[in-house]
Amino acid sequence: MTATVHPRHRRDPARHLVLWGLVVLAAVMLVPFAIIVLNALKSPAEYAASGPLSVPDEVYTQGIVDFWQRVDFGVKLLNSLVISGSVAVLAVVVSVLNAYALGIGRIRGRLWVLTLFLIANTLPQEALVYPLYHLFKQVGLYDTRLGVVIVFTIVQAAFGTYLLSSTLSGFPREVLEAARVDGANRWQVLVRIVVPISRPTLGVLLVFFFIWTWNEFLIPLVLLISDENQTVPVALGVLQGQRSMDATTTSASALLGVLPAVVFFLLFQRTLTRGMTVGAIR
Amino acid sequence: MSLAPAAARPSAAEPRPSARRRGGQGTYLLFLVPGAVLLVAVVLVPFAMNVGISLTRWSGVGDPRWIGLENYRRLFADAAFWASFRHNVGLVVAMAVLPTAAGLVVAAALFDHVAKRFGPRAASVLRACFYLPQVLPIAVAGIVWSWILAPKGGALNAALDAVGLGSLARDWLGDPDIALYSVMGVLVWIQLGYPVVIFMAGMRRIDPALLEAAELDGASWFGRFWHVTVPQIRPELFVVLLTCSIAALKVFGPIYVLTGGGPGGATTVPSYSSFQNFFEKTQVGYGAAIATVLTVLILLLTTAFLRAQSRGEER
Repeated sequence: MTATVHPRHRRDPARHLVLWGLVVLAAVMLVPFAIIVLNALKSPAEYAASGPLSVPDEVYTQGIVDFWQRVDFGVKLLNSLVISGSVAVLAVVVSVLNAYALGIGRIRGRLWVLTLFLIANTLPQEALVYPLYHLFKQVGLYDTRLGVVIVFTIVQAAFGTYLLSSTLSGFPREVLEAARVDGANRWQVLVRIVVPISRPTLGVLLVFFFIWTWNEFLIPLVLLISDENQTVPVALGVLQGQRSMDATTTSASALLGVLPAVVFFLLFQRTLTRGMTVGAIR
Repeated sequence: MSLAPAAARPSAAEPRPSARRRGGQGTYLLFLVPGAVLLVAVVLVPFAMNVGISLTRWSGVGDPRWIGLENYRRLFADAAFWASFRHNVGLVVAMAVLPTAAGLVVAAALFDHVAKRFGPRAASVLRACFYLPQVLPIAVAGIVWSWILAPKGGALNAALDAVGLGSLARDWLGDPDIALYSVMGVLVWIQLGYPVVIFMAGMRRIDPALLEAAELDGASWFGRFWHVTVPQIRPELFVVLLTCSIAALKVFGPIYVLTGGGPGGATTVPSYSSFQNFFEKTQVGYGAAIATVLTVLILLLTTAFLRAQSRGEER
């Protein structure tokens, strides 16, 4: 009401032009999704007859069903859910523990420890993947979901540690002191005070870790070779790499890959866009 | 201020808190144990092994043979390696430079025009459209596009045909002269939403009075954008450019799915060629050397980033 009086806008058509320009650009961004939906619901015969741009005469879901059964998509979906879900929870736990020691405990040498975690976060996975492949073969973690969970727990926690440590180092000392005076030990302070107060940040991290892990490709591609362990992106990526699918099958597979992402997007949109500034450091 | 209290303060204050802290160090260190064990086992040891392997000739089975810096000598003399880095520069343009430039304009238009004239709801719906490709698994985005760009029956060529521009149809991913540009185009599509969202968040920080003052002074929209908005969101610009550059150096999935590095190595990048050397050519030592060089490059970039960032904070 006070300072933000809007300067009077002139009603020139240029302003609408900007809006329409943006709408067209946004539509262009969505065109690939539309094309995927069009063709995933089209029968191969119709595709052959009228090409990729036509609107299907009737909705044909057999392609999706066939593809689902061919790659056992339910299993892939479950693998991705189990791996990403476990990583998200475990990585948040490890991040909190690390950040508690570094940000609140202020242990000696914490700058060095933080630097190590930061380096771990920026290292390209290419520089880890062969030794991990080799080591995991020797200890029986190769081609197991557990192996992938272990790897990404620390990869994501490295980021979480870095972020949470700086958040927690600004944690109000009086609150901690008060809890200690009341006789709470370190563990109780963490569980009863620090974690509940940091819950919003932890929620953002949980969502990010889940989606980042869901989308990972290189390490799951190398470590998970058998069908029953593969994640959604790996299964689809490998099939695509073999170039053995016809057009409608490809779009059926793409649609099945896109759908979970869109679901997460709608579920977490607020967290995602709000947390983007958090993710910026990555 | 006299010297005495200044000198006395630290000595008087220090013993108590640090003694108390020292007493508790043990318990705080315990909290670090799970993270530290994982860090050592999953990151530090494998990375050290990778560096070690890069000094050997090894097929992945049997014993590695020590050859010192031979892999690196071979690497720096390898024209394909330098070509792969040139391709990587192209990917930096596609993932950092272009999305940042376009993202600035889109974010400013959304924030300045759409949100104010048509309501924040319109702006956030449009923003969501731009951001959607960002949540796709990169491998899935690759599948979507490899099919759209397919030479026969691909949607792009079909669309060109439909509007009478059939002569422009190409084998977008199969022609060595244009494959890299096609990949770059896909990456711009994937990446654009990220700077848009970050910049819009940054613009919320700008004091509206600044923009109004500029408007009253008769500055054009572009003048306000260039002289007020862009300088005000410099921290965001910085973060986006550098994180996107690092991400561009690590690109693997889109290359694997879209082109497999082809045709004829026209789209190979270092991360992909290290993968090829590890698992296809069984030249593990050589692949490890490529991965190590890539790591050094990324760490240098990160260091430069953190340096510049802390210098910016001091100011």
